Amino acid sequence: MRHAKNAVRRNTLPLHAVAWIVGAFILVPIVYAVLGGFKHNNQLSSNPFGLPDPWVAGNYTAVLASGSFWRQLWNSTFIAVASTALVVALSALAAFVFARFAFRGRELLFTLFTAGLMFPFAVAILPIFVLLRTFGLLDNPLGVILTQAAFGLPLTIIILRQFFRGIPGEVEEAATLDGCSTFGFFWRILLPMARPALATVSVLALVGSWNNFMLPLVVFSDESAWTLPLGVQQFQGQYASDTARILAYLVLAMVPALGFYAIAERHLVGGLTAGATKG
Amino acid sequence: MTTLTRGPEARPLPAPAARARVRRRRSVTIALFVLPALVLFLLLVVAPILIAMYSSVFRWNGFGGLPANFIGLDNFTRLFGTEVFRDDLWHLVVLIAFSVCVQLPFSLGIAMLLHQRIRGRALYRLVFFAPYVLSEVITGVLFSLILSPESGMANQLLRAVGLESQWLSDPGSVMYSLFLVMTWKYFGFHMMIYLAGRQNIPEELIEAAKIDGAGPWKVFRHVTLPLLGPTVRISVFLSVIYTIQLFDLVWILTQGGPSHSSETMAVTMMEWGFKRSQVGYASAVSVVMFALSLVFALVYQRLVMRRDLEGATTSIGGRR
Repeated sequence: MRHAKNAVRRNTLPLHAVAWIVGAFILVPIVYAVLGGFKHNNQLSSNPFGLPDPWVAGNYTAVLASGSFWRQLWNSTFIAVASTALVVALSALAAFVFARFAFRGRELLFTLFTAGLMFPFAVAILPIFVLLRTFGLLDNPLGVILTQAAFGLPLTIIILRQFFRGIPGEVEEAATLDGCSTFGFFWRILLPMARPALATVSVLALVGSWNNFMLPLVVFSDESAWTLPLGVQQFQGQYASDTARILAYLVLAMVPALGFYAIAERHLVGGLTAGATKG
Repeated sequence: MTTLTRGPEARPLPAPAARARVRRRRSVTIALFVLPALVLFLLLVVAPILIAMYSSVFRWNGFGGLPANFIGLDNFTRLFGTEVFRDDLWHLVVLIAFSVCVQLPFSLGIAMLLHQRIRGRALYRLVFFAPYVLSEVITGVLFSLILSPESGMANQLLRAVGLESQWLSDPGSVMYSLFLVMTWKYFGFHMMIYLAGRQNIPEELIEAAKIDGAGPWKVFRHVTLPLLGPTVRISVFLSVIYTIQLFDLVWILTQGGPSHSSETMAVTMMEWGFKRSQVGYASAVSVVMFALSLVFALVYQRLVMRRDLEGATTSIGGRR
């Protein structure tokens, strides 16, 4: 036993070296951005890698004091939460029927939804723009929310249906004998039992919406509707020569995503990798 | 089928009239539950794809109801006649080759490393995956600053050892730089998939090979890697499907430049569709994207993933 332990210890040094190099590759850009936000632009060119001297808080406070950053943060949050709520609600209803009812055309219908995974979003963007313009939903958060929810349906339905199928039929029989209606069973018993699966699909939808760029880019031309990705892109254009200010904006825009990652790491990683490989 | 039928209708019912009423109620329930999702899906997923296909054979600026100026396959012949589009396809091939030959083996190597019981591996895993959580826009803006030829951090670092690169500003190096950023952002994702796959391999099999005298490389080559086959095949699949529709990163980093040297199909489509209002022509680009994804998905699943699927309809990952 001791022998094996020693062997393990002897071997890990080169492994740690590799892990450190990869870690540096990942972290240096982020740390550079965080520290750079505390520097003046001339500090950035004269002292790119050291600690700021002196520390300049002005870049960060200027961003935090600007209304546009907070408005974009709010827009991103609102759109992400609304898209997620919508896609999870609609998918749960549909997945419930696909999992627990037998009816003619069920498999065909389900296959139609799963085929939706084959449709790259980029392919649909031009017609979506035309459709949203026809409905008067350009520059309207609803245009982004509905579209994101629609494209989220296939994966969400697949994951939820799989989970709903795993809940034993006896649970439903018992509920029915106790006088539960179909919807009552769905709402009061099935959904609470499906909490882990609901968490997974919600995380997927939240992150997808939060990071979405292409759709808001074509839907929102009015600045007041912009989400964070649009704001970051625009900010870079506006302050092209003020690198330190852009870095501060970037870092503040990273905080919500990284914070969410820190809190919900397990769900996030599980959801993202399962979402990619299941289905 | 009948095992799936639950609820009151599963119990014997007294009269045909009552049974009919129950059946009607059941149909109403099914409709009420499925219709909202179905309507949204048909309206904003299926219809747009059909419209894209339809409008690709018209000359159309996107206004005035449905397109009317039918021009057959002219958009497609024009498209394949342009150097920009043929370069788009070439860039796709290059990026897929890079991803499959460099990024995925790298991710696999790191996953194998982090599967070892080394101290702090949870932290390493946390850090390596972090870029995947950041949006493409944040990643893109960050790296456009870092890779800026004059004032960027990368060149300040390289100058210390007497080197310099034009990174994204030179047609000769732009694809490598783009690939570098893609690797920074996505390798952690593939690493996580491999880690999950590796955890599903029973340790006994590895142990048995070791006891039979196989060294670490032989164990990996002849035991671990074959058992990871399904995972590797899925990660290749996701990587290719993603690369076909690559847009956000390129748009932020280079807008397809300099002089189209990093342009992708999605960038070409957005240029023509939104900047020049040639929606019919741009739709032809998106139809090619769609066809490539579809053909690749079907062929790959038939030929490569057939053994892994076992009844699953499809395994394409989430949208980006």
